[in-house]
Amino acid sequence: MHEWALAEAIVEYVKDAVGGHRKIKRLVVALGELQSIDEEILRFSITEILKSEGMSIDDLQLIEEEAVLRCRRCGHEWSLKEVSLDEEIRELIHFVPEAVHSYLKCPKCGSRDFEVVKGRGVKIVEVVAE
Amino acid sequence: MSSAYIPLDEDFRVSVIGRRLGGVKRILPVMSSKGGVGKTLVSVSLALALSDLGRKVGLLDLDITNPSAHVALGMKLKDLPEEEKGVKPPEVGGVEFMTIAYYTKDNPTPLRGWEIDNAVREILAITIWGELDYLLIDTPPGMSDELLDVITFFKPAEPLVVATNSPLAIKSVERLLKLLKEELTVKGVVENMASGASSLVKDLCTAHSVSYLGAIGFDPQIDSKLGSLEGIKSSSFFRDVTRIARKL
Repeated sequence: MHEWALAEAIVEYVKDAVGGHRKIKRLVVALGELQSIDEEILRFSITEILKSEGMSIDDLQLIEEEAVLRCRRCGHEWSLKEVSLDEEIRELIHFVPEAVHSYLKCPKCGSRDFEVVKGRGVKIVEVVAE
Repeated sequence: MSSAYIPLDEDFRVSVIGRRLGGVKRILPVMSSKGGVGKTLVSVSLALALSDLGRKVGLLDLDITNPSAHVALGMKLKDLPEEEKGVKPPEVGGVEFMTIAYYTKDNPTPLRGWEIDNAVREILAITIWGELDYLLIDTPPGMSDELLDVITFFKPAEPLVVATNSPLAIKSVERLLKLLKEELTVKGVVENMASGASSLVKDLCTAHSVSYLGAIGFDPQIDSKLGSLEGIKSSSFFRDVTRIARKL
């Protein structure tokens, strides 16, 4: 359940961002497809940690972001639907998304020199204090 | 989160790194801008030696694209680390050991600058270290991402610089010392593969006012002992490292 560790980091960031407010009106967090975050565990963790900090939240939005990868060699852009990644490898990438370079190559030219254009991992999109 | 660089103050993961390292009393990055001087073996042996001396020790392999401390420690990378509200570094030889190799499994993992930094931030945010007397950090050669991340995220770190008496290593380490001294307090320099005939490393320390922590003699048998904790601990290399560990 390393989502808990990420939730702790999110809450630390949010506490700084709202500058002493105890009530969060809205928190929007994007979940990049590559990291395969368990949405329910992350939601539970953020809510519980906020509670333990004496804070509350009205609207916690977790939105999925599709992963897009782009080859630096040939320029091909692709999504995870185009490639095969079994569960075991998804689990490894779940912890450190850069591990994707250990298991994927550009489906067009075979290069490992690609970048994750979007959908890498967890990203805070918006924090609004009440 | 895309491949675009995220400034430190906009990255939520950075918010928790200080807390993750909060139980660590001393952070000793083992560094050398020159490759092949023995950073990994010094890091691994120092961690084992400090553990044998009764200290609580962690070891982080921060060579993101080319980790090798697990090879020296003889770890097979079969199982993932245990999770408990984060990743708990597995224990080997009494040392809590964390490496990206648990996830990259010795596959080639070529990464460009920001991707390395991104992986470092992720690992530091999710790794739950216990209460440690020492956290040793094995670092790659060069003066690039991991080195800059050590300076940025591990404060107060006390770099331990490894040099050999090759003029090529001396010039390289001299540049590194200049950089480190601008940012951190250098714990000192360890001379590896020492022959006794050269005073280049001692002279370097004198010129830059840093401590000479000791010499590790050239051990022609050490490569054959890698992968075995007992083998490493029976080496003359380890005896010399233990002498240095007692001074830390």
